[in-house]
Amino acid sequence: MSLLSLKDVRVQFNTSGGVVRAVNGVSLDLAVGETLGLVGESGCGKSTLGKAIMKLVPVAGGEIVVEGVDIAPLNREQLTDMRRKVQMIFQDPYGSLNPRSTVGRSVAQPMVLAGWKANATAERVETLLRWVGLPSDAKQRYPHEFSGGQRQRIGIARALALSPKLIICDEPVSALDVSVRAQVINLLEDLKSQFGVSYLFISHDLSVVEHIADRVAVMYLGMLFEVGGRDQIWRDPRHPYTKALLAAAPIANPKLARARQRTVLQGELPSPLNPPPGCPFNSRCPLAQDRCRAEKPVLRPVGNGAQAACHFV
Amino acid sequence: MAALPLEVRNLRTTLFTRRGEMKAVDGLSLTVGAGETVAIVGESGCGKSLSALSIMRLLPDPPARIVGGEVKLNGRDIVALREEDMLDIRGKEIGMIFQDPISSLNPVATVEKQIVEVLMTHTDLGRGQARVRAHELLELVGMPDAARRLDAYPHQLSGGMCQRVVIAMAIACSPSVLIADEPTTALDVTVQAQVLALLKKLQADAGMAMIFITHDLGVVAETADRVVVMYAGRKVEEASVDDLFENPLHPYTVGLIGATPIPGAERAERLADIPGMVPPLNALPEGCAFAPRCTRVMDRCLAEKPDLTVPGPGRLVACFAAEGA
Repeated sequence: MSLLSLKDVRVQFNTSGGVVRAVNGVSLDLAVGETLGLVGESGCGKSTLGKAIMKLVPVAGGEIVVEGVDIAPLNREQLTDMRRKVQMIFQDPYGSLNPRSTVGRSVAQPMVLAGWKANATAERVETLLRWVGLPSDAKQRYPHEFSGGQRQRIGIARALALSPKLIICDEPVSALDVSVRAQVINLLEDLKSQFGVSYLFISHDLSVVEHIADRVAVMYLGMLFEVGGRDQIWRDPRHPYTKALLAAAPIANPKLARARQRTVLQGELPSPLNPPPGCPFNSRCPLAQDRCRAEKPVLRPVGNGAQAACHFV
Repeated sequence: MAALPLEVRNLRTTLFTRRGEMKAVDGLSLTVGAGETVAIVGESGCGKSLSALSIMRLLPDPPARIVGGEVKLNGRDIVALREEDMLDIRGKEIGMIFQDPISSLNPVATVEKQIVEVLMTHTDLGRGQARVRAHELLELVGMPDAARRLDAYPHQLSGGMCQRVVIAMAIACSPSVLIADEPTTALDVTVQAQVLALLKKLQADAGMAMIFITHDLGVVAETADRVVVMYAGRKVEEASVDDLFENPLHPYTVGLIGATPIPGAERAERLADIPGMVPPLNALPEGCAFAPRCTRVMDRCLAEKPDLTVPGPGRLVACFAAEGA
C-alpha cells in the first residue's frame, strides 16, 4: 500500500481575473520510506499541491489517500490523526516560527495539542533538539537569535515531534547559503535513515532534487508531465519539458557544462489564468503539433518505469 | 598598452556602525580584461555585493565608506571622483544589473521612457532617435513582442522580461564594464538559462569586461573565465574556472564545491558540508577568518591572517595549509 496516493487532485482559486487551476488533475503515489522530488518552475502548482495534501488550501476535487484513508472530504477535527502522520516544513523558517514564542514552546506545540503530559513533552523537546543538532539551551531562546540554517533545524524538529510518516518539504533549503544548505540536506537524509520517514521534497533546484530524491515528478501549469526514477529522469528524460529543464540547469563543473548540448527553451510560462488549450506546454514546445493544441495529453507509462504526459513520447 | 577596463587595487570598505567598525571589503584586488568574465563567489556576508557597490560608488553611506584603495576604470581612478562625475560614468562607462529586476525599475514609468532617459542622459541622441534606439535595444535583448512592450509598465511584465529591460538599460550606452550582481537568482531555471545566454552573447559582441557576482557555483561554471572566491571580506582564492573546479586549493573553495551537487555525476553518499557558518563581520577571529570551520586548521592559522600567495601560474590562494601542501 502506498503511504500517500493522490488521484486526480484539483485545486482552484477564484481570482478577479478568472479561475486559476493551480493543481489540475494530479495523480501520484509515494511509497513508504521513499523520497519523491517534485520539481517545476514558479507558478507550476508544486507548493499548492503540497499545501493541498496538508489540507491548507481547499481541495476542489480528487482523492488524497493517506495510509488508505481519503482525507480530502474530512473536516478539521477529523484531520487530527492525519496531522500526526503528515507534517510540513517551509522555505522561510523565520516566517513559520512564532517570533514571540521560545523555540522550546514552538517545538512542544504538537505534543501539547496531542495531549501529552508536561514532563514527557519536555523530554521529547530535548530529544528532538539533539536529533537536529541544536544545543539544549536553544529551547529558552527566541527564533531571531538563530541563523537561517538553525531556524530550519527548529522547523524540522517540530515537524518530527509526533514521529510522522511523511514530511512535506516545501523548498526547505532554497533560502540557505551553499554550505548550510548541504548541512540541512545531510540532516534530512540522516533522519530518513534513522526513522524511515518519507519525504515529498518540493524544489525548483534540480541539482538538489537529483541528490536527495529516489523518484522525481515534474510539474508544469498544474499538471504532471513526467514521473520516473531519479536515474531515468536524469539520464533518459522523456518529456520535452523535462529535457528543457535539465538543459537549463546550471552544472557546477565547467567541463561538463561546456560538453553538453544546450538548447535554451524559448519563451516563459504562460499565465495560469489563461493556459494554452490542449497541452499547456504547446506554446513553448519544440515538438508541438496541431494535436497538442487540441487534446490534453494524459500521464501514461512510456517504458523504463517512467510515465510521461506527451502525445509524441 | 591600453589600460584594462577595470583594475581594482587593495580596495577597502568599512561599515561604521554603533557596534563598531567592520571591514566589509578588506583589501580586494582584481582586474578584468576586455571580453573577460570574472565571477565573484561566496556566501551571504562575504562582501561580494559590497565590493560591487564600492566599484560603482553606490555604497549606502552611512554606514559604508571606501577607506582605501583604487578603482581604475579604463585607467582612471574613480574612488575620489565627485558624485556629479560619477553620474556621468554610471550607465555610460560602467553598467550594472541587480538581483531584483522589478525593484530596479521605476514602477510608474513605461519601459520606453526608462530606456530613453538613459540614452538622453548619456548620449547626444534626440528624443525621437532615442525612442528608435530603445526599440532596437529591446529587440537586441530578446524581448518578446518588443514593439508592444515599449508602452508597458514594469508590473505588467514577468521577472524575466523586467530583467531584459534592466539589461537593455545597462548596455544602452555600450559600457566597457558590466557588473551583474546575482542577475538570475530571482528567475526560474529556464529563464535563467535564457538570460545567461543573452549576457554572454552581448558581452562577446561588444567585448565588455564583466564582473558576475553569484553564490551559485553552477552559474559560475557556466559563465566565468576566472573566479574570485571571497570569504569574510577577503579574497581567499583566485583561479581560472577550470583550475578552480579541477583543483581547488583553499579549504573553503573545496568545501563549497563539495557542498554543491552535480546532476548527472555519480551520486555522492553525502554532500561535503562545511561545519558552522560565516562569522559576523564584527566577530571575526584573530587569525584566518575561516579557521574555526576549516578541516586543515593549524596553530598558525589561529594567530595570523594568511596573505595571498602564488601557488602556480594564474593562481592565488590565501591559506597556510595550501601553501605548505
